[in-house]
Amino acid sequence: MATPTQHHKRRRLSPALHDVADELLFLILDRVAADDPRALKSFALASRACHAAEARHRRLLRAFRADLLPAALARYPTVPRLDLSLCPRVTDASLAALSTAPSVSAVDLSRSRGFGAAGLTALVAACPNLTDLDLSNGLDFTDAGAAEVAKARRLQRLSLSRCKQLTDMGLGCIAVGCPDLRELSLKWCIGVTHMGLDLLALKCKKLKILDLSYTMIVKNCFPAIMKLQNLEVLILVGCNGIDDDALDSLDQECSKSLQVLDMSNSYNVTHVGVLSVVNAMPNLLELNLSYCCPVTPSMSSSFKMIHKLQTLKLDGCQFMPDGLKSIGKSCVSLRELSLSKCSGVTDTYLSFAVSRLKNLLKLDITCCRKITDVSLAAITSSCPSLISLRMESCSLVSSEGMHLIGKHCSHLEELDLTDNDLDDECLKALSGCRKLSSLKIGICLRISDEGLNHISKSCSDLREIDLYRSGGISDVGVTHIAQGCPMLESINLSYCTKITDRSLRSLSKCIKLNTLEIRGCPMVSSAGLSEIATGCRLLSKLDIKKCFEINDLGMIFLSQFSHSLRQVLTLSSVNVIIAIPCFTIVLITY
Amino acid sequence: MEGGLRRISETSFKALPSMSCNSTRNNDPDQQGGRFNSMDQSCFSRPDQSFPAFSPLFGVQSSSLYLPDEKIGNQFEPNSSLNNPAVDWDPQTMLTNLSFLEQKIKQVKDIVQSMSSRESQVAGGCSEVQAKQQLVTADLTCIIIQLISTAGSLLPSMKNPLLSSNPAVRHLSNTLGSPMGFGFSCNQQPSTNNEATIPEITKTPDYEELMNSLNTTTPDESDEPMKCQNPCGGEGSEPIPMEDHDVKESDDGGEGENLPPGSYVVLQLDKEEILAPHTHFCLICGKGFKRDANLRMHMRGHGDEYKTPAALAKPSKDSSSEPAPVTRYSCPYVGCKRNKEHKKFQPLKTILCVKNHYKRSHCDKSYTCSRCNTKKFSVIADLKTHEKHCGRDKWLCSCGTTFSRKDKLFGHVALFQGHTPALPMDDVKVTGALDQPQDSEAMNAVGSIGYNFPGSSSDDIPNLDMKMADDARYFSSLSFDPCFGGLDDFTRPGFDISENPFSFMPS
Repeated sequence: MATPTQHHKRRRLSPALHDVADELLFLILDRVAADDPRALKSFALASRACHAAEARHRRLLRAFRADLLPAALARYPTVPRLDLSLCPRVTDASLAALSTAPSVSAVDLSRSRGFGAAGLTALVAACPNLTDLDLSNGLDFTDAGAAEVAKARRLQRLSLSRCKQLTDMGLGCIAVGCPDLRELSLKWCIGVTHMGLDLLALKCKKLKILDLSYTMIVKNCFPAIMKLQNLEVLILVGCNGIDDDALDSLDQECSKSLQVLDMSNSYNVTHVGVLSVVNAMPNLLELNLSYCCPVTPSMSSSFKMIHKLQTLKLDGCQFMPDGLKSIGKSCVSLRELSLSKCSGVTDTYLSFAVSRLKNLLKLDITCCRKITDVSLAAITSSCPSLISLRMESCSLVSSEGMHLIGKHCSHLEELDLTDNDLDDECLKALSGCRKLSSLKIGICLRISDEGLNHISKSCSDLREIDLYRSGGISDVGVTHIAQGCPMLESINLSYCTKITDRSLRSLSKCIKLNTLEIRGCPMVSSAGLSEIATGCRLLSKLDIKKCFEINDLGMIFLSQFSHSLRQVLTLSSVNVIIAIPCFTIVLITY
Repeated sequence: MEGGLRRISETSFKALPSMSCNSTRNNDPDQQGGRFNSMDQSCFSRPDQSFPAFSPLFGVQSSSLYLPDEKIGNQFEPNSSLNNPAVDWDPQTMLTNLSFLEQKIKQVKDIVQSMSSRESQVAGGCSEVQAKQQLVTADLTCIIIQLISTAGSLLPSMKNPLLSSNPAVRHLSNTLGSPMGFGFSCNQQPSTNNEATIPEITKTPDYEELMNSLNTTTPDESDEPMKCQNPCGGEGSEPIPMEDHDVKESDDGGEGENLPPGSYVVLQLDKEEILAPHTHFCLICGKGFKRDANLRMHMRGHGDEYKTPAALAKPSKDSSSEPAPVTRYSCPYVGCKRNKEHKKFQPLKTILCVKNHYKRSHCDKSYTCSRCNTKKFSVIADLKTHEKHCGRDKWLCSCGTTFSRKDKLFGHVALFQGHTPALPMDDVKVTGALDQPQDSEAMNAVGSIGYNFPGSSSDDIPNLDMKMADDARYFSSLSFDPCFGGLDDFTRPGFDISENPFSFMPS
């Protein structure tokens, strides 16, 4: 029971709060929550007015138990988003218990099972303003459920990924019932055929984003898709029913609205089909043909018909001679180029290509094992505005090449140099990249604490650093990083065998840290983990596999303090795992 | 009555062998049974007589008659002398035939005279009179047959008249009520007896000649029973009128000429035969069967002699016989496209096709679907097929219109604003029924929990506390990923923290 004085104090504070406009108050709360999420709870407990303000401020309700949803909605009557992804089982009964919640516009049931058409009826009836519904992974979702979903007439975004029982009947119901639909995911809906898509194209003319990945769509589905006048994003990943013949049926410039096309993993498409696509969709901004077909010069020169192309992803493709060269000739406006795991990318072709692509901002040449310093020189000299460079496992590039990155690409924000010949001198050069926020230098055995010191001094914005198996570093280096980069959110120290509890103690000062991977660090003990647990309250992902010194004590600390913890990778040697709050997903790996 | 009937049957059949072997009638009543069989047999063995196609006709009949071999053998013995060697075509034969006809007519005359004389004397001899009448009919039939065959022997298409003779004979046997019901086999397979005759037939040059010229011989043999007209009227009805035969004859002839050589043979069954429920009859009890196999099974009950492997064996095709030409069927309904007279005649492939076609196209639809009470069928199998799908697996629109095909439904839905595909009602009902009780239970359960939440009524602190506890425990307090919650339910070993939001609360 509150004492009278406390009560009085609250009363006195409340009127002041009323004077503050909600918008202003929310800004303040946003700032407070950004610094320390737990502050909001304290604020809500201050007074009834604060409590009400906090209720109004909340945008998302992430429930742990679906059966108490009515109570939660009563507590937060204005919350717009309802996330049930932490409730693995949501029954029809719990959905039926929902009272009318006009504020709720988005519901996420993507990880929930156990509800059927009756539950959806109740949900749709309770949320008259529903615009966003995620029913992914609904293996029990049937056409009957779809018929109920179709009653949500204001629906704009609907995800039905992996609803494998859905057929044209259900899709037809949705198409007729939800004319405002703008975004629809039918990934893995293998029961959907051209008939359902025909109806969809006819009824949902506002559709902008359509995901048909891994469906059985074939040639006769294209006329329907091309009828969608507002379609901007079309995702056709892994549609093996699409072949050159199907694409050949596309009319010239049949879809002028389409901006993004993802046809990766469509094995039956060759350069002939790509040519048809290019002719049919002249306004593409992004084209993803990863793992599709060999890139021939004729194919890549056909890209010049897409004047505005900004992003081109050709991961895992085999480049024919001059294929890459003609990309440089034809795609001058390119901003993002992804060539990871491509074969046939050589110094000559890559240098030529990047020398033409002056606007390039992002380049991914992961595992292009043939390139050498020549390419890197070309990249750094011709693309000075690069903000992202991924070149994991480019083993022929020497440390001299790495120097060039630091010298020329000062705008880099993301750099992946994993498994390269990197040394401290290079890191010193990289300290020129002051905007760096993500640095991956795993498996660089030659780097040491000194290199990290350079990084920590210049890259204060660093949020993510990967030091996987960088055996040269010790507590000193980690301490440098922890002190120099207070914004650090994620650090990977797996198999850095020299680090001890001292590293963890220093890392505990990075209060934003949410991911910590210290797998295979035998010198880390429960004491260090307890420091992390008390210091990094936002920790959600933790990998302590093969840390044999960590025992139950460390886990108890985690359970007490790390309430955000979602995933712990640990070993069976640890016995106490259960004491972590109920929403935490604990993976025990043996 | 019985005796009379038997006698008549005997005489009627005896007439045939006597015709064929050019012998005088043997009227001995003691040898009736034997004679009947001997007639059968003699026909088989003498296909090259003045009416070569006649014997196969009987062959088929005898096969469906189901006469065990031993019996035939026994009864056949005394009359084996009747079998004559083949006689070639010549005027002599014609003469003998004509003289036989004379004899026969005289015979009939006598009978009729005796009947008229008796009629005046004995009024009560009703059965006697009937028997006489039938006898007359039978004899007349024989005369007709003989006449036609004799005349036909001069023509190339002499077989058709013979065909028509068969039903008359069968009809007679039926009316006589003798235990040997004649089945007319509807299956194409020639019987064993029949096949046995074929090699003999082919031996004679005349017959071969005929076959070559006609190109229809072999199938006709097996199909003669089907072709026969069956005037299954009352007793003593007249044999088929002559002009009918003539029409058929010309039909067949014309068909054969128009067809490309060797393509197929067209057969036409009669309406009654098509609609007959049974095509195989038991000789002993007269029971009818649809299949000869069923008849064979039935016959086992009549004695051990029907249980021999030979008797039970399926009459199989003799490999030595020449392959039967492709046979097609014509619908007897004149004007039908399946009728051979139609300009764009399309033949039917099997007897079953004929039956189904005739029932579907030219018969009343007497079977009504019990589900929808609208659809009618004349073939019961069609009704069963329909009933399987009636009212189910329909593609349904929200407007109540049903479609048999999904694409039709989608076309309809696309056409009309506001119409939506509807799921079958029974499915929805099932799920609804299952879910409903759960829902109400849940409602009650939640209602009974009875949480009191701020904003609704009370203002006091304890209430707030309780709510906060719930709040912390059951949903995260943050709108972004790293969420957390209080953990009051878990025991806290040792280190209670000051940050606990509830630690400062008075309790």
